[in-house]
Amino acid sequence: MTTLKSLMVPHRIVMMLLFAALVLWCALSLRWDWIPKYAPLALEGLWTTIWILALTTVLGFLLAVPLGLAQAIGPWYLSIPARTFCTIIRGTPLLLQIWLLYYGLGSLFPQFPWIRSSELWPYLRQAWPYAVLALTLSYAGYEGEVMRGAFSGVAKGQLEAAKSFGMRRFTMFRRIWLPQAVRNVLPTLGGETILQLKATPLVATITVIDIYAVSSRVRSDTFIVYEPLLLLALVYMVIAGLITLAFKRFENQVAR
Amino acid sequence: MPTAASAEPSPEPDTLGEAIQVEDLHKSFGSLEVLKGVSLNARKGDVVAIIGGSGSGKSTMLRCINFLETPTSGKITIDGEQIEMNADGSPANRRQIERIRTRLAMVFQQFNLWTHRTLLENVIEVPVHVLKVSRAEAIAQARVLLDRVGLGDKADTFPAYLSGGQQQRAAIARALAVDPNVMLFDEPTSALDPELVGEVLTVIRDLAAEGRTMLLVTHEMKFAREVANHVVYLFEGRIEEQGPPAEVFGNPQSARLKQFLSSVA
Repeated sequence: MTTLKSLMVPHRIVMMLLFAALVLWCALSLRWDWIPKYAPLALEGLWTTIWILALTTVLGFLLAVPLGLAQAIGPWYLSIPARTFCTIIRGTPLLLQIWLLYYGLGSLFPQFPWIRSSELWPYLRQAWPYAVLALTLSYAGYEGEVMRGAFSGVAKGQLEAAKSFGMRRFTMFRRIWLPQAVRNVLPTLGGETILQLKATPLVATITVIDIYAVSSRVRSDTFIVYEPLLLLALVYMVIAGLITLAFKRFENQVAR
Repeated sequence: MPTAASAEPSPEPDTLGEAIQVEDLHKSFGSLEVLKGVSLNARKGDVVAIIGGSGSGKSTMLRCINFLETPTSGKITIDGEQIEMNADGSPANRRQIERIRTRLAMVFQQFNLWTHRTLLENVIEVPVHVLKVSRAEAIAQARVLLDRVGLGDKADTFPAYLSGGQQQRAAIARALAVDPNVMLFDEPTSALDPELVGEVLTVIRDLAAEGRTMLLVTHEMKFAREVANHVVYLFEGRIEEQGPPAEVFGNPQSARLKQFLSSVA
């Protein structure tokens, strides 16, 4: 930990003063009067960013586990599709994936009357399901590859020990294999989750109002360009910092 | 404290029945035939030491008994129950294998304690999640076992913080937690620093003295002679010689065994 004393050295004091001056200058000479008006919308956008991030990383990870497992030990009829999926997802831009799902799939659906009349239609006509689907598949694609390595990396003896005591395969997977695999890749998963956070603004391109979309809205309404972007940068940095902290905590808990 | 087993076979094992019968076991890895027809019987209470040079197939034989390796052919009977095998030697009935494995506890050369769990969690893992013993009961029993192997104060420690000798003793506690009918030791001291071998051998010696049935693959000839009541010498996938330790070590017949014993002495 950095202590107060260790900060009180000349070069650090100068840096801190410079930073304080920068913040002060930002606060005083830039325009922030638009904030009160847009605060409610910004909060909604922030919430959208956060739940999309949380939902897609959780769902994506749940998909990544079978994808990784299929590639690590699956028979060819599972491992080849899994590898193909991961290759396609990792080999194409996320923006393209979002657009293909939204403009492609999203415009196909209305042509089928049975879909239009189904219970799901109120959702399918909105944009966010396509955003969630695209981001989930993307996270699954990248993490499927990470989990493949994680599963292969668990020492054989750990599984042999479980086997030798008559542990059933699913119990062994749940109690030994998966926890050890996840533990080994937690730092990677933390980094990937931050990448996922920074991928979320793409959903604004299909009309989902996340925090980035709000900042664009401010810009087009008020012609104020830099201030909303600066604040946006700060918001993403804070969220990324929180993710880092959360994963650090988790790592410390499981790292023995 | 040497036991009486050094000179005499353990008391009347005949009346107790067969624990393990291996008949004409073959195992090949690709074109390399590691086991070329091994037969072995162990009665309840027997301590069978399996010795031989590296590559003689002794570990492979042990691992075939609980099907960590799939035999190529042969017949394996545990407690009178023959393991159902397909024509290619693979187990025909997964549930049967899993059930039989719960009665055969294995102790590995590399300990193989689960690194993400404390010693106590390691010891209760199989009772709770395989044998479905209640957690409280399993914990109480685990504490007794850890005390017994001299690790009572390390119950909440993770394996990585322990010496090899301590890890191996914990692994023995984990094996004992399933109250196995037969214990399989796969070179339990080969990965240990010389000064740690003794503490593990002491634990195994106690188990032998209390009449546990065990198969022990080992390089510790003195120890084998002391605790085993039957010694099997494997050479290139065949049993070259076997018998009571006094005979095998004291009066070896085959030239290869003589040479082997003089090379490890």
